[in-house]
Amino acid sequence: MRKYSVFAVAREALRGHKGWEAQWTSPEPRKEYDVIIVGGGGHGLGAAYYLAKEHGITNVAVIEKGWLGGGNTGRNTTIIRSNYLYDESMGIYEHSLKLWENLSQELNYNVMYSPRGVMMLSHNVHDQQVFKRHIHANRLHGIDNEWLTPEQAKEFCPPLDISASARYPLNGAALQRRGGTARHDAVAWGYARAASDMGVHVIQNCEVTGIRRGPDGRVIGVETSRGFIGARKVGVSASGHNTQIMEMADVRVPLTSNPLQALVSEPMKPIFPCVVMSNTVHAYISQSDKGELVIGAGTDQFVSYSQTGGLQIITHTLDAICELFPIFRRVKMMRQWGGITDNTPDRSPIQSKTPVPGLYVNCGWGTGGFKATPGSAHLFAHLIARDAPHQHGAGFTLDRFRTGRLIDEAAAAAVAH
Amino acid sequence: MSGANRIPGAGRLTPAKTARFTFDGRPYTALEGDTVASALLANGVHLMGRSFKYHRPRGVVSAGPEEPNALIDVQRDAARRQPNVRATVQEVFDGVTIASQNRYPSLSFDVGSINNLLSPFFAAGFYYKTFMWPKKAWKHLYEPQIRAAAGLGVSPDQADPDHYAGRYAHCDVLVAGAGVAGLSAALAAAKTGASVILCDEQPEVGGALHFDTSVMIDGKPGFDWAQSVAAELAAMENVTVLTRTTAFGYYEHNFVGLVERVTDHLAKPDRRLPRERLWQVRAKQVVIATGAIERHMVFSNNDRPGILLASAARTYLNHFGVAVGRNVGVYTANDSAYEAAFDLKRAGVSIAAIVDCRQQPGAAVLAEASRLGIEVLTGHSVIDTAGKLRVSSMTVARNGGGSSRTMRIDALITSSGWTPSVHLFSQSRGKVAYDAESQRFLPGTYVQECISVGACNGTNGLQATIDEAIAAGRDRALKGGFTGGDTPAISGTNAFEWTGGMAGAAEGAGPDTTVKAFIDFQNDVCAKDIRLAVREGMHSIEHIKRFTTNGMATDQGKLSNIHGLAIAAEALGREIPKVGLTTFRAPYTPVTFGTLINHSRGDLFDPARKTPMHAFEEAKGAIFEDVGNWKRAWYYPRAGEDMHKAVDRECVTVRQSAGIFDASTLGKIEVVGPDAAKFLNLLYTNGWDTLKPGRCRYGIMLREDGFIYDDGVVGRMAEDRFHVTTTTGGAARVMHHMEDYLQTEFPHLDVWLTSATEQWAVIAVQGPKAREIIAPLVEGIDLSNEAFPHMSVAEGKICGVPTRLFRMSFTGELGFEVNVPADYGQAVMEAIWARAEPMGACMYGTETMHVLRAEKGYIIVGQDTDGTVTPDDASLGWAIGKKKPDFVGIRGLKRSDLVAEGRKQLVGLLTKDPKEVLEEGAQIVANPNEPVPMTMLGHVTSSYWSENCGRSIAMALVAGGKARLGQTLYVPMADRTIAVEVSEMVFFDKEGGRIHG
Amino acid sequence: MLLIRCPYCEEDRSELEFRSVGEAHIVRPDNIAEISDEAFAEYFFLRDNPKGLIYERWRHIHGCGRFFNAVRHTVSDKFVMTYKAGEPKPDLPAATPVAQPLAQEGAAK
Repeated sequence: MRKYSVFAVAREALRGHKGWEAQWTSPEPRKEYDVIIVGGGGHGLGAAYYLAKEHGITNVAVIEKGWLGGGNTGRNTTIIRSNYLYDESMGIYEHSLKLWENLSQELNYNVMYSPRGVMMLSHNVHDQQVFKRHIHANRLHGIDNEWLTPEQAKEFCPPLDISASARYPLNGAALQRRGGTARHDAVAWGYARAASDMGVHVIQNCEVTGIRRGPDGRVIGVETSRGFIGARKVGVSASGHNTQIMEMADVRVPLTSNPLQALVSEPMKPIFPCVVMSNTVHAYISQSDKGELVIGAGTDQFVSYSQTGGLQIITHTLDAICELFPIFRRVKMMRQWGGITDNTPDRSPIQSKTPVPGLYVNCGWGTGGFKATPGSAHLFAHLIARDAPHQHGAGFTLDRFRTGRLIDEAAAAAVAH
Repeated sequence: MSGANRIPGAGRLTPAKTARFTFDGRPYTALEGDTVASALLANGVHLMGRSFKYHRPRGVVSAGPEEPNALIDVQRDAARRQPNVRATVQEVFDGVTIASQNRYPSLSFDVGSINNLLSPFFAAGFYYKTFMWPKKAWKHLYEPQIRAAAGLGVSPDQADPDHYAGRYAHCDVLVAGAGVAGLSAALAAAKTGASVILCDEQPEVGGALHFDTSVMIDGKPGFDWAQSVAAELAAMENVTVLTRTTAFGYYEHNFVGLVERVTDHLAKPDRRLPRERLWQVRAKQVVIATGAIERHMVFSNNDRPGILLASAARTYLNHFGVAVGRNVGVYTANDSAYEAAFDLKRAGVSIAAIVDCRQQPGAAVLAEASRLGIEVLTGHSVIDTAGKLRVSSMTVARNGGGSSRTMRIDALITSSGWTPSVHLFSQSRGKVAYDAESQRFLPGTYVQECISVGACNGTNGLQATIDEAIAAGRDRALKGGFTGGDTPAISGTNAFEWTGGMAGAAEGAGPDTTVKAFIDFQNDVCAKDIRLAVREGMHSIEHIKRFTTNGMATDQGKLSNIHGLAIAAEALGREIPKVGLTTFRAPYTPVTFGTLINHSRGDLFDPARKTPMHAFEEAKGAIFEDVGNWKRAWYYPRAGEDMHKAVDRECVTVRQSAGIFDASTLGKIEVVGPDAAKFLNLLYTNGWDTLKPGRCRYGIMLREDGFIYDDGVVGRMAEDRFHVTTTTGGAARVMHHMEDYLQTEFPHLDVWLTSATEQWAVIAVQGPKAREIIAPLVEGIDLSNEAFPHMSVAEGKICGVPTRLFRMSFTGELGFEVNVPADYGQAVMEAIWARAEPMGACMYGTETMHVLRAEKGYIIVGQDTDGTVTPDDASLGWAIGKKKPDFVGIRGLKRSDLVAEGRKQLVGLLTKDPKEVLEEGAQIVANPNEPVPMTMLGHVTSSYWSENCGRSIAMALVAGGKARLGQTLYVPMADRTIAVEVSEMVFFDKEGGRIHG
Repeated sequence: MLLIRCPYCEEDRSELEFRSVGEAHIVRPDNIAEISDEAFAEYFFLRDNPKGLIYERWRHIHGCGRFFNAVRHTVSDKFVMTYKAGEPKPDLPAATPVAQPLAQEGAAK
């Protein structure tokens, strides 16, 4: 792999950039792999990378139905944070955040991790109680998260309206300074390039149509649109389509796939320095390096694979954005799109062995998948390589729905009394 | 004078009607009906912007919404400023201030254009390969620099004072686009009697008839015919014609979003009118008549100001009366550019040459060129241009090599063909298909009730378009059951049928890797960037798009997508359809946030719910807090009191005399029917059979998973009638939850549920003097302890109005909750207050309510519980009917984790220092010296200063809490550690005598 | 925004009037207190998540208030039918033609 650097760019600049090689290769599939990862998003490509790098397993293929990073990796609003409440969640998201901090250097690919701060707005006493609970838990876990007064919040994010006449005036905010954003495509491409360099096969435009099992019930490979490909182990990480893949092995997973929408404005000069989220008025927003306001909208509550969504979801989100930031009412929406999130009943992911030996699943990330990419990938590789979870991934089992040991971050945010 | 380049006699604007405006501070004169672009061109200004990445000087390219370059800042006044507006769309009005963007210090001298010199370094995707060292520099150095250089316009910095409107509409046939096709289709549909909405983005209907003056329809010039049809349609009762209205998004089930620009073109708009209006149209059928967009030629330095689309030059001449130059070059792969040359020539503009990269253009256009004396160079290409702030020459060479020739020009118009506008069709989730013969993507498979007609359907020829549109318009109306009216007969002629076209790089675009042959002007994407992306392994068109940013600018690739695709296909050695097409997403053109939200702002953003006594409480000086949508009285400060002093006083007053509290926000559900008790047995953990009419009971509701969902006091009014109360936040979802079970799981039960939250005003009167306060006002109810003990309910009258009077308490005091019909709430509260005030009672708010209930250890669902708490965890195990065979949650409660040892349980906490008030949300540990990450046992759920106890009190969820009574635990704060003792949850009147009065 | 037919009101109304309430035809076991942990997890947590026809519940919450069932295709979002609560699950073939995209061919060859 040719190292990327400012010197390499300068050298290529002088010869018309003719010397760059393909970032990843597109080989013909082998007959058999040690591990097949189904799903070429950030989680799947990352898992392949860590299998090769940390576990020495390089006979690995990532099989992607479409194009790399074309699912939720390339459709999300790229928010990164780790200020969750429960030990399990803090463990996995903080593990991820620590990997984010060095990911560009690790992959020799600028993923543009930008710790510009994620600020969550508090609008009432209930919000304040919930956020303080997070802040204290985060501190005792070693995660930064601090309480700001409305004035401090305004200083951190000048477009914010903190006037008392707002419908839901601010009474403070929780700020994680290490939170921020990253460049979504770069994450998929960076992992693909680094994994490919270590011998991992990245196979695009190849749809998995079945999971084949041996007489003992163990996984022996996958049927694909390009024929059968053998594998000793199969890790499924196909976001919105996990249900369909797992059903091929007769494994039912408690998931529903729901459309999630987002939109961007036209590009503008820097106006919005951080990421802002509000649970009370349902909004999250940041500004990309290109200058677009990137706005996350809501989820349709019904099952759908349409990758679209209703206009009312978009308008409702913009209601909230313009309420918080009245200066943006004359700004224009340039593009809206949808993704398919797979959601679990407790809104925490499942990363688990399954009843089928050799079959592993990484799913249910809902709206939290992007921020978890390196952490999830790292833990998933560990689970597949060792057939046992890493300490930070141990709670996210399929079994918790039987025992009731849920990791219910949504319930912990509770509801207004 | 409205510009030196205005051609007398040309165009449709009225020379006498002028408007003044400024561009970058310089005054100009326009004609009414001008766009900013046409007005500037009339004044000889081509330089209108700078590109996104290289800051190259740019002029206007188009005459429509596809414009990538001429993006301007439009300002009416300080607060009414909008960036990134297309100069080709914004109409000039008298007094408007226009500014260019993305340049410093000026448009003609922009220091950012250093990027152009450095452009060899800034190849596509270069930023993925560098800026990685040192690590911290990305955040502190590189990213801020990149951000500052990027972006286009400057965000508004004031709240927008304009208002916007929104309308929902239904129609039988929606026609998007009012060119020849749209007008014909609308007329055919309208004549059947079907309701029709016809919209077009331009100020006037006509579409391509704006520039194609060769068209005659029904004996009239095409543009005039269009206006007369629009007038005819507008006069029909079943038709709505909307101009300046863009169909921007096609959603599920034939739901189409339109944005109508109402006042942005007016010098003095009526302030009662909205700036823009959002139409959300549910159409039974949609006719898509959105036309086609001309593509530019891709060759070296094809982006200089003065280089623009041939059809744009024709529009500027034939509609606006403006010549884009005096000596114009033409570069084309398509016959249509010839007509532009002919029109210009006839208007007195000299044509340097028509350079046609084809060997064999259409015979008819060649003949006409010859007749007009225009030199045509077939089989030639423009291989380069010169000119810094405006094109000054073009260099022409025969294809395949040979000597070149440089011609002086002051404008260059190009055309490589026309791209059908399949945006709406594609948004409707129809599948486009590639038509190899014409090298176009055309509507393939439809999935919604719509049809494409005319140029957007790939239909060539004027009469063919008319005939197709009439048939489609009528057919769509017939599908809706309309049969009346005649089929209109429309006949048209035009000068030439156009043939030819090419997609991708022309001769002058490489293949070497230094030529800047632009495909996406705004994002500075060149043909070589696409090739680089392919070389780097980006083989999917989506990867190429994301790697190069082709098609991601504000024009969303209207000019560039097909070029990018063709170049990628060539580099990959694949056919175009095998490379794929990126998805068309809404909106077609950018839509103002304010329009999308329209009325939903200020008071209408999320209307506040106020109780019937709100005005009274406001008059009493209440400070309100937001609880869900409700505004609730929080506390009532007197002069000089802060919140703490006010709450301390209220807390003491209630326990010493009495307090009045507005409890109207609590949810109330009337549960009626012979099976009402059976139903409640299933919905609550408690048993209800034993509750006698006239008595109340505290009930707990679980979800099926066994966790506490809601709680509240339920009164039995009669054998078959219960008055159920819920938490404030839970009212709606509890009602939904109950209806769900009643309608779908227990439909055999004969029960009716009615939400009564807003029907009852509820006044809590609490404290030792509560009975004395209300007794004289109450009729028909014996309030004595014997007749009306704690947890009783009765119907009677208070102040002469009907009441459901509850003897209950959330304070631990003798207390009543007076329910009266909502309209009487304020009057009854005033009457109660008139008696209470002289007795030393006070009004109290939610904060005092919280403190008083915490003193008694009463929980608040949602504060002391969080959706992971069982009744046992909350010491409410007593409320579970042990003998009940079934209730919602009975099975969930038995799961292994819910009965495990060490669950978090609700307990009291007393700080060792009684003055120390814990922070709600603070975490609790056993070993304060444990290194991070610490083992957290739980958290503080409620914490207050209790003036009545003379110390702080708190409640907390603590792992194994009930077994820890008396233990010392620790609450580590950022700066210190607080020692606490685990206690019982009742802190005041532990014997509980006061409640019985 | 979907257009949904309420089988009680017998009208096509905008999605804004409705609330989606998950999979249809999941019956609460009569002996729920006795079922196994696995059976409970199945009943409470496991839901069909098909890429194709889904049988789902809606409530006309801002209309008549009734819960009803619907068959919808989760890729096209087109409804095949809606029907009243309590009516039996319609026996539709998995690839029911109504749910398929309208097969109307356009101009492209």
